[in-house]
Amino acid sequence: MIMLTDFMVVSAALFCIGLYMVVTKRNAIQILIGIELILNAAILNLVAFGKYDKVNNSGQLFALFAIVLAAATTAIALAIILNVYRRYKTIDPNDINKLRD
Amino acid sequence: MSLVRVLFYFLSFIAITSALYAASSKNLVRSIFVFFVTLFALAGLYVLALADFVAVTQVVIYVGGILVLILFAFMLSGKETLNVLQSQEEKLFSLKKLPALLLAGLFFIVLINVIFKADADNLQWVKDAVSFKNEITPNAVMIDNIGINLMTRYLLPFEAISILLLMALVGAAHLSRKEGKA
Repeated sequence: MIMLTDFMVVSAALFCIGLYMVVTKRNAIQILIGIELILNAAILNLVAFGKYDKVNNSGQLFALFAIVLAAATTAIALAIILNVYRRYKTIDPNDINKLRD
Repeated sequence: MSLVRVLFYFLSFIAITSALYAASSKNLVRSIFVFFVTLFALAGLYVLALADFVAVTQVVIYVGGILVLILFAFMLSGKETLNVLQSQEEKLFSLKKLPALLLAGLFFIVLINVIFKADADNLQWVKDAVSFKNEITPNAVMIDNIGINLMTRYLLPFEAISILLLMALVGAAHLSRKEGKA
């Protein structure tokens, strides 16, 4: 059977790749993909530990909640990115340095 | 080595390599499509963790919802957006990326250390769960249990999430309307 440690190593690798994307990318959509990777690493851990809770099933249920929350986050983030593009004509986070002009 | 372990290594290899490719690709569209592959491989890993319902939800919501949303938002937003996005000159290992690589790599080393020190398979509550038969077995049907728990024990977070989804819906509609009308 697959050990918990294996899942945690995979999840740690995904988390670090997501962190790298969030830090380096100069493009808001790719940063969003990095955030999704980090969220997926967390969900993988929840699911892996949820195997040892059959009665309450809390791991899988909160994994479901996390997936739904990620969907809501993405919808809002994309709306914000489109608005930012309309106003600044760029979605590079380094160039967006004014609150309102 | 059993078939399950082979599948696990195969799927985690696909997930990690496609995530690495998405992180290193210069082309935004390619990076989005490779992210599809990562999500599918992760759904397979959820199945191997005996969470089939979460895996199906992952495919439906992430692959069917979020990624299509990203693709729509980015392909419907005009040709000039595409040109702006594609004209980035980036190399994978340039000197500018060194701090980020160091950050991610060192954080990975720290995480691996913590994981092997924590030794999650020998935790007390995990052993208790195994000995009290509170462990999900491969032939157990968990979907009824998820439904019952969702309507009894976790009703409050369920309702909270429904209100939050409504708020996100209204907020996204408000943010993405055309300017100048109101």
